[in-house]
Order: sequence, then C-alpha cells, then structure tokens
Amino acid sequence: MEYLINISYIVASVLFIFGIKMLGSADTARKGNALSAVGMLIAVVVTLLESGLSYGTIIAGLLIGSAIGVVAAKRVQMTGMPELVALFNGFGGLASLLVGWAEFAKAGNFEASQYPIFTACAVVFAILVGGITFTGSLIAYFKLSGKMSGSATIFPGQKIVNLLLFIVLLVVGGFFVATGAAWALYVVIALSLALGVLGVIPIGGGDMPVVISFLNSFSGIAASAAGFVIFNNVLIVAGCLVGASGIILTVIMCKAMNRTLGHVLFGTFGATGGKTQEVEGEMKAISTEDAYYILEAAESVIFVPGYGMAVAQAQHAVKELGAILEANGAEVRYAIHPVAGRMPGHMNVLLAEADVPYEQLCEMDDVNAIMESVDVAIVIGANDVVNPAAGDDESSPIYGMPIINVYQAKTVFALKRGQGAGFSGLVNTLFFRENTRMIYGDAKATMNALVGQFKG
Amino acid sequence: MEIILLIFVFVMAAILGFELIQRVPSQLHTPLMSGSNAISGITMVGAILAAGAIGGELGKWLGFAALVLATINVVGGYLVTDRMLSMFKKRGK
Repeated sequence: MEYLINISYIVASVLFIFGIKMLGSADTARKGNALSAVGMLIAVVVTLLESGLSYGTIIAGLLIGSAIGVVAAKRVQMTGMPELVALFNGFGGLASLLVGWAEFAKAGNFEASQYPIFTACAVVFAILVGGITFTGSLIAYFKLSGKMSGSATIFPGQKIVNLLLFIVLLVVGGFFVATGAAWALYVVIALSLALGVLGVIPIGGGDMPVVISFLNSFSGIAASAAGFVIFNNVLIVAGCLVGASGIILTVIMCKAMNRTLGHVLFGTFGATGGKTQEVEGEMKAISTEDAYYILEAAESVIFVPGYGMAVAQAQHAVKELGAILEANGAEVRYAIHPVAGRMPGHMNVLLAEADVPYEQLCEMDDVNAIMESVDVAIVIGANDVVNPAAGDDESSPIYGMPIINVYQAKTVFALKRGQGAGFSGLVNTLFFRENTRMIYGDAKATMNALVGQFKG
Repeated sequence: MEIILLIFVFVMAAILGFELIQRVPSQLHTPLMSGSNAISGITMVGAILAAGAIGGELGKWLGFAALVLATINVVGGYLVTDRMLSMFKKRGK
C-alpha cells in the first residue's frame, strides 16, 4: 500500500508539471488546468487510503470546503477576480500554517520524528511563510475589494518595526527548535500573522499585481515547507513549482514597472510621488458627439484599458463600441499593459468575459511598433501606463517604466472621471498633449453614449 | 539521508518550475496564477493526514480547519480557473 501511495504521488507530481506547462500557452491552458486537477484528485484519493485514519472529520472537512469553494467560484464576478484569487491564496497559506502547527500539537513534541530538529525547523518555516501569506493576502483582499483604502498606509519607523519583529520571530523560533516550548510556537504564529499585515499595508493599489504574484509564490513555498514537516514529496514538488512560477510572474510584473521587488516591498512610492510638475499646455475636453465624428472616420483604433475600466464595469460597453467600429471598417485592437489593473492579466480576463476575441488583445511591444499609424487611441481609465513622463522626464518617479506609447497616435481620447491625478498622485503629461482630448465622466456611460451616436 | 533526498527533490522542482514557464503571454497571467494557486492547495494532503489522525484533539481540529481551507483553495481555484479559461475564445467559435 505504501508503494501504491508513493507511486501515485509521483504520477500526481508529473500531472502538476505538465499542467503548469500547458497553462503557459493559450491553446492548451484549459486542458492543463484539468490535468493538474486530475493530479490533485489522485493525490487526495490515495492519501485517503493511508492506514489508521478516522474518516469522520476528513469527510466533513472535504464536504464543507468543497461546498464553499464551488459557490465562491460560481458566484464571483469577473471584476471581482483579483479579490477572490487573493482570498483563496490566503486560505492556502493558512492551511499550511495549520498543518505545521497540527504536527506539533499531535504529541506536543517531535519525539516521534526521526529528525526532531529538522522537523521543528520546518514547522517554524511553514508557519512563518504560511502566516505571512494568510494575513498578507487578507489585506490585499480588503484593499482590492475596497473594504479598506487602497492607498499605502505608512507610519514612521515602519521598516524598523518590521525588521525588529522579524528578528524577534527568528530568535523565538530558534528557542522553540531548541526547547520545544509550546508558548514559543504561539509567539511565532502571532508574529508571522502580524508581519503579513505590516508587510502589505504600506503597498499601494497600483503595486497590487506584484504583491499578488509574490504572495502566490509564497503560498507555494508554504505548502512546500509543510511537505518538509510531514516528509511528503508531492507537497514539496507541487509547492515548489508554484513557488517558482509565482516568482517568475513577480519578476515579469516588476520588469513591466521598471522596479525591483525590493522597491515594491520596501519602497515608499506612494509617499514621494505627490510633488506637482509644471506642465505646459492645458487639458482639452471634447464632447462625445465630436468624438463620434473623429471615430467615424478612423481606420485604425486602439483601446487601452486600465483599472478605471474595471471600476466602471465598462468592458461590455467597450466591446460593443469595438464591434461597431469594426463593422464601420476600422481595424480595432486592444492594447494591454502587463500591469494594467490590479492583478497580472486583469484586463485580459475582463475583455475575454465581454467576448473580445483574443487575437485582438495585443501586448505592449507589438502595439508600440505600429502606434504611429493608429488614428485614434482610446484610453479607458488607464493612467501611469500611458504617461509619457516615464520616457522623457528623468525626475518622474515612474521614469524608465515601459509604457504604451499612445501619445504617438494621431488622436488620443482619454476617458476619465475627473481632472484629478491617478492613484500614484502623478500628473499625466499625456493629458496635456496637443493631440489628446479628454472625455470626462463615467467610462461606461461615455462608451454607451458613443455607441448611441453610431446607432443614432 | 532522507532529509538530503527531500532537499534534492525540492531543488529539482524549483529548477523545473523556473524553466517551465519562462514565456507566458500576458493574457494568461491571471489563469496561470489562479491555476497554480489551486495547486498550492496540495497542502490538503497534509491536512487530511492531520485531520484523520487518531488521538490528539487539538491536532485533529487544527487539521480539520486546515482541510476546510485547503479544500476551498483547491476546489474553488480549479473551478474559477476553468471558468476564466472557458471565456478565452477565438473569433467565430
């Protein structure tokens, strides 16, 4: 039986590996996800064959968890996806923490383990990473769902406090490994949870794609650590795969913002970004009626969505206008910046929900190459990712960040709720350019008004 | 020795993980994240073993809580990823 279980774990690991690989390509992604689900099913079923288990609590746990999972997955709106992923992620982290804790609670010591010291270290590590993942994801969830202000919460001496807490945690954790005192473990749990909160509150909304990817990686590492606690290969392999792929996503996100991970986690972007720049020119507004005449004549149109589109739930209206423009003979594309929105790929999911065929979704570099031939670029609630200051103003905090060069298009329409600055507090010099026209108001209402003009 | 083997497995899995998805088109970033997130729910294997362990009330309840949470992570994660991927359509389908 022991052999059957272990061989099945190998099969499950292989399925996870192929599953992740296939998730990386559009044609195979859905199959890949199914494959890794099969791997998970195998791993769970064979674990149930383990001898000496009492099934009452297991079955109750599986049923309750599945029911909640199914309802959450079916109910969620696509605009709510970042929050849900953050929440699931946090649950995974907390589960790993609890697995580590349970291993200690079983007997109150590690004498049953062949390697008591190693196991104790693994427990501390699983709790540390799992705890940070849990509360960090929870804060991300609150920020993303608007239950908590999305801006950075900063207090003096924050970094020093975090560093001190971390050092205390390591010392107490070391004490636990050495003595096996239960109170020390509780202190480690409490401090890990506190670190997750303190680590994520200073990070502003626009950096969320980086944070979510990073926490995703952490949840994998926590599972891997739990694997070391119970000497289980499939946990180590699967957790580690997730940890590695999460890191890769994190690096992609950081590159797209021209920032290092250290900068995002420990930087003070929101605090220093508030200085006002002198900008020449003025913001010129345009009515939807006049905008219609320009669009009507356009042969090539690019939509550039940002977080504002998600907030206004404007994706369906955007797609409708896109379809009308296409029928009108224009070539329509959607240019998506890697960090547009609040999670990696956020805009793609929303537009896919609105039935935009994915051939029309273009990546930044492809679109920049043809930008000069574009007649109209419509910026919908995007801000920093189209700010030309990133390219030409060395004093700008976002200097060096790759952007979608909409300012090179013949005409730019910028849809915006009001005249204020974006989340980062930066002035967007795009809005003052000669070829830019502002359309103020709710993005969805504006889109519908334009659609109405075409139909009218 | 067993510890060394486990670490060996860990290192190999890390290298494999880094090599697997070097180039992911950005439209797949969200599904990749939520799909891999579901995989990290593998910790439910550990949770099952803890929840089903005989004796030790506290350990059992901790295991039970872990199992509920990990199952939400796994079941919800896979379903929501599938739902998302089902929306990525090519023209004309």
